[in-house]
Amino acid sequence: MPLANAMGRLLRGAIRSDVYHSFRASKTTVIAGIVTALIFAASFAAPLIALQNPYDPASLNLSDAMKPPVFFGGEWAFPLGTDDQGRDMYSTILYGTRLSLIVGFASVLLAMAIGISFGLVAGYFGGAADVQLTFPAFLVALTLDGVVRGMVAAKILDIDHNDIAVPVIVISLGLAFWPQYARTVRGVVLIERSKDYVNAARIIGVSPWRIMLRHILPNAMSPVLVIATINLAVAIITEATLSFLGVGLPKTEPSLGALIQIGNDYLSSGDLWITVSPGIMLAVLVLAVNLLGDWMRDALNPKLR
Amino acid sequence: MLTVALVSFVLFNYVGDPINGMVGQDTSLQDREKLREQLGLNDFIGVRFARFVGNAVQGNFGLSYRTAEPVLRMIMERLPATLELSLVAALFAVLVGVPMGVYSGLYPKRALSRVMQAVSLIGISLPTFLIGIILILTFAVLPNTCRSGLSIGGVVVIDCSLLAWLALPAFGRGDVVDLGGWRTGFLTASGLKAVILPAVTLGLFQLTLIMRIVRAEMLEVMRTDYIKFARARGIRSRNINFGHALKNTLVPVITITGLQVGQIIAFAIITETVFSWPGVGQLFVQSVSAADMPVMAAYLSFIGLLFVVINLLVDLFYYGVDPRLRAAQAAGKTV
Repeated sequence: MPLANAMGRLLRGAIRSDVYHSFRASKTTVIAGIVTALIFAASFAAPLIALQNPYDPASLNLSDAMKPPVFFGGEWAFPLGTDDQGRDMYSTILYGTRLSLIVGFASVLLAMAIGISFGLVAGYFGGAADVQLTFPAFLVALTLDGVVRGMVAAKILDIDHNDIAVPVIVISLGLAFWPQYARTVRGVVLIERSKDYVNAARIIGVSPWRIMLRHILPNAMSPVLVIATINLAVAIITEATLSFLGVGLPKTEPSLGALIQIGNDYLSSGDLWITVSPGIMLAVLVLAVNLLGDWMRDALNPKLR
Repeated sequence: MLTVALVSFVLFNYVGDPINGMVGQDTSLQDREKLREQLGLNDFIGVRFARFVGNAVQGNFGLSYRTAEPVLRMIMERLPATLELSLVAALFAVLVGVPMGVYSGLYPKRALSRVMQAVSLIGISLPTFLIGIILILTFAVLPNTCRSGLSIGGVVVIDCSLLAWLALPAFGRGDVVDLGGWRTGFLTASGLKAVILPAVTLGLFQLTLIMRIVRAEMLEVMRTDYIKFARARGIRSRNINFGHALKNTLVPVITITGLQVGQIIAFAIITETVFSWPGVGQLFVQSVSAADMPVMAAYLSFIGLLFVVINLLVDLFYYGVDPRLRAAQAAGKTV
């Protein structure tokens, strides 16, 4: 696992480095870091701290539907109120955030894997890999999702679309985002390829793959990590948008975007809480991750220091 | 461009069997085969692709699986709505974003500049559909559900009449006037009012982006020597700021703005859905959830064409703005 080793070394080095000091120096970044950590912890502890399992239809009761939050005259059994199916909003937001984070991380990892492989190969061996994908990632993901839907509709894939919604959206997002990693890695490889240490390694007979993974890749990791952080925010937004449009994750197991869409139907009747609380959660999460990304870009980019 | 056409073609042909959608359940196998032959679906793949491109160039994308209308007519009917919305959004982003960027680039330490930076960070972080919902909530839902006004500790801060005065439509495009096939909302009061909220929603992300780029470029340019010389020569600071500095920030701004026009039209999908705006984006979302391949293929070809045209226009625009490029071309060098 050269990748894991490289990341581990980077992390261990980071704590002793001035990167850590620049983290401590910025109050906004510290707050963003704490908020992100809290949201991660809360969402992955969701089964422990939630009041019910909102994805289990057996735990839902329709007579609990559309209860307002406590501070609008609701009851303590449902602190943030309930949606139209009687799901407790507090629990659903925790589960939904977890789902959004899982989809976000998985698609970023997929995009990273594809992008780094293509970037390394294109940079090291040369070749036409100047990917000019100006198509918005959101449109690519939307189209791929539509294609899979079409295949389900035409019985080419003999499954219910809801069962494969999560892998489909992860793959769609991964395929939409990989070019930026490939471009960055290729750029670094082109610079590093002609340096002495690579030539030395080649002369003593190290295999090209080993040179790429063990010698060149670590040098490309810090820009890749910066892109990955900002990309995580974009992936979460894109997933939420797709789910909001009704083409992402199904409403039976709502992510934050799907939850906001459920609430959108009740917005004009004045029942705001179904939209507002997951909306705030989404905004805070994305803002915190973006702030971390901004800080990382400044801290890891020696050109700006 | 051909790549996009190829992708669209693959979509069109391999995803979903058009015959299944067209015939009833009790159609016999022989009849199905006959229909297949008639439609030319048994021909060699290259022939079919050539035919697809040939038809597409002539504007024939076939019939929608969902409504059995000609795809081109469906798109053409909805195109004016999307283009008008995108135009207003782009104008809003440029006309508000550039001055904001210039201001915060010239005076980065002032309180107003810091507020602008904070707002722009929020603008970049909030998903488009959330911005839309917030605007609908403020300008459409609250005025209509208002009974006692917004009060904090018994003191009425905003009362219902003020909210009602602020109210804006958040659904559809209002009254439209038909100008020979182009239905415009610009000529009626309700049409103009209806475009405000969707356009602000759509343009906000681009606005923050443009503002940030102009700001960064201004900060960079103001440090250069020729600005110092201009100051030393005693040129009025307004002339320096706008004549010398802003002009030199324009190349990256035009690049980004040009690329963003494509983004605006793509992101119009979201805005149109949120505001029930009857444009092509809404059509595309409906087609995706109904797996209506001909419409998807036509929309993608159209967007592909648009991106190619925009890239070309942006490149041509450089020559108008940057005299160095003109000089290089005149000298016969390739840039």
